[in-house]
Amino acid sequence: MTVSRATNAAIRFGYGFHPDQSAPRGPEDLLLSLDRAAAAPLLFPVTPRAERREHVAELFRLRRAKASQDDVRAQRKKLRQMTIRDGAQSLYQRALSPHGFFERLVGFWTDHFAVGAKNAGQGVLIPDFEPTALRPHLLGSFGDLLVAVVQHPAMLSYLDQVESVGPNSRMGKRTGKGLNENLAREVLELHTMGVSAAYTQEDVRGLAGLLTGYGVDRRKLAFGFFDRRAEPGSHRILGRTYGGRPSKTHAETFLRELAEHPDTARHIARKLAVHFVADTPDPGHVAHIERTWVRNRGNLPAVYQALVEHQAAWGPFGQKVKRPQDLLISTLRAIALMPDRAREMGMRGNLRIAKALRNLNQPLYRPPGPQGWPEEAEAWITPQGLAGRLEFAGQVGQLLAKRSALDPRRFAETMLRDALRPSTAFAVGAAPDRWEGLALALASPEFNRR
Amino acid sequence: MTLSRRAFLGTACSAAASPLVTPMVFAATPGENRLVVIVLRGGLDGLGAVQPYGDRDFTALRPGLATRPGDGLSDLDGFFGLADPFRGLLPLWQAGELGFVHAISTPYRDKRSHFDGQDLLENGGGATDGSLTRTRDGWLNRAVGLIPGARAETAMAVGREHMLLLEGAAPALSWSPTNALALEDDDRQLLTALYSGDPLFSEALAEAAALADDKAETRRESGATLARYTAERLNADARIAAFSLGGWDTHRRQANAIRNPAKQLTEALTTLKQDLGRNWNRTAVIAITEFGRTARENGSGGTDHGTGGLMVVSGGAVQGGRVFGDWPGLSERDLYQNRDLMPTDDLRRWAAWPLAAMFGLDRATLERTVFPGVDLGREPGLIL
Repeated sequence: MTVSRATNAAIRFGYGFHPDQSAPRGPEDLLLSLDRAAAAPLLFPVTPRAERREHVAELFRLRRAKASQDDVRAQRKKLRQMTIRDGAQSLYQRALSPHGFFERLVGFWTDHFAVGAKNAGQGVLIPDFEPTALRPHLLGSFGDLLVAVVQHPAMLSYLDQVESVGPNSRMGKRTGKGLNENLAREVLELHTMGVSAAYTQEDVRGLAGLLTGYGVDRRKLAFGFFDRRAEPGSHRILGRTYGGRPSKTHAETFLRELAEHPDTARHIARKLAVHFVADTPDPGHVAHIERTWVRNRGNLPAVYQALVEHQAAWGPFGQKVKRPQDLLISTLRAIALMPDRAREMGMRGNLRIAKALRNLNQPLYRPPGPQGWPEEAEAWITPQGLAGRLEFAGQVGQLLAKRSALDPRRFAETMLRDALRPSTAFAVGAAPDRWEGLALALASPEFNRR
Repeated sequence: MTLSRRAFLGTACSAAASPLVTPMVFAATPGENRLVVIVLRGGLDGLGAVQPYGDRDFTALRPGLATRPGDGLSDLDGFFGLADPFRGLLPLWQAGELGFVHAISTPYRDKRSHFDGQDLLENGGGATDGSLTRTRDGWLNRAVGLIPGARAETAMAVGREHMLLLEGAAPALSWSPTNALALEDDDRQLLTALYSGDPLFSEALAEAAALADDKAETRRESGATLARYTAERLNADARIAAFSLGGWDTHRRQANAIRNPAKQLTEALTTLKQDLGRNWNRTAVIAITEFGRTARENGSGGTDHGTGGLMVVSGGAVQGGRVFGDWPGLSERDLYQNRDLMPTDDLRRWAAWPLAAMFGLDRATLERTVFPGVDLGREPGLIL
């Protein structure tokens, strides 16, 4: 199905139409909105790191003081609720910001650099990852973004860097502890070059050695460089030598070079085209992004421009299926949720969001692994996946019917414009109840695609 | 939330009212044998689960993780012992309904990526770099396509997770026991109209409508929940089922980290036995993983991605009470790249023999189509 540029701009490169916001008309609007997005303060900030730190410190204090189980449990609950709230804040931000393309890029990078928790302790700083490691770096160079990601405590914990010790470092010699190569491997395999690139086990080892010393200062809940863990000497990676006197800068140098590696350009160019346009992207489109990446040494605004300026970016509508988080976000836009109303709902709304995403099998802050969530339509539109979407559409339809006098046909037209198919228009109009008509619009293939 | 009577999202009405529900009466199902494949995602540490305590090099490699009989380890055969978190499986072992195949792996080597490793494990191809066969489908799907009389109801992927293992040209169903979806006639017609012209959505709807019932009791996919639903399908028309259990990527503090996944696997197997009842005698379960883990423990009390691994076999139809496989030893020169347990056999061979024994697939087909390039070798005596 072919749709107008404006419809593709809003749905393919944004989170869809919001009845009370102006929509981009084409690639120029998308690019213009990026700078404005970077300058705009967050509508829905997450808990600042200092506040989290206090709550974590309080938990430790209670434990040390052998406080009652109830007090410890209450403090844990407070932290858990903070995370649920932050998750909802992050979704509201994406949904209600007028700069949809920027927010979609936040979504892309959050998934590309997926962080999760393998145990309760690791979860503490995950909500902090997006606002501090990603958002400030999305319009700079990929090298700076990569360094910020690799130095964020959530990533350092999730991929076990905090446990890695150079065998010949002071701590290694004293304790017999050694390397943990998890982060090094995923940096090469997932974050930069891609698994089919020409790196070897020796390169993984080399990078693991170079990364020793990177860790988390537990008191500050911040990145720290620990001399006593750093493996002394030089490290060979991809045919070159790095290292010297222990310092965080050696790994930074390598990561910045890696960010400009042609394999990194190829890997991420393809991922961008897959994420935004089609599960099987146009090779010319991928090549265009890749060439731009190399020519501009990983300068991200140039890369985004290459993504949206190519004609393949404006091809037939509906080649992608929205993942559940994106479905929920575009639903919040379609029902014209306003920021004040979102704030008013408070914890009730937060819990509802968390639950909906669990049921749709894409829970917040819990990616299936460091590779992030699957992209392919077939991974999501399974019988069980579709059942979850129907259930969700039904619940939203009922809420909406209770709360407004919205005409389902008008609802479908407003949120889909020229992407609305005749069969959907027919089914929505034929629904016996208003809530069911609204639900059918939300369950339609074109609302679930982009 | 309470839903109205017309709840197409509903939890209240019965799916039996829908004409989309195919009557589950079939003259011919392909025999009475049953196979369950469990994919253990993340890389099960075979050396940690079934510990070669009789190998003189073992303790030195794993000073913090090795255990001994009398100290948490349950002796199996004088050489191997079952680690404490798996203790709940001992009754199956004692009944001869549990066995292991040690030091095996897929042909995947050296990059040790979970994602490529799992893809190859499910695809069944033979490329050491993990690239998939041209068909990019799952080996279990190809096998189903070769079983005479197999139909969509014969094979079932259970759980919300997408499984390459059963993807492909042959018909197979997929459903999660945590979904509730009940359709009344009117709703079904509207949804059918809504999804007309979009094959991906309309096929998923047809399948969902046929599988759903109003018994979604839980929202959590635990080993026991998945096994309970699997047993239910296997007691009805399904003969082949697959599901995944995660959590095996134990990079740190493995002694603790392994407890939950071990519990899930234990509950999955014991639930299958209990719920399959008499059918358990005609059932084989194989649990496979993308790779083993490093022979040495790492600096964090865990293990990193390795090569040679472990397969778990269970069921009334298996010749249990044995640890199969050629033991390579653990001295420095025995290890793969001085790092991992040396794989001495192709995992695919061990997955292929149950298909031969239970569904009559012949050697040439298995070696050519299901697991391209595998050498089936001698019959290993895995199935009774």
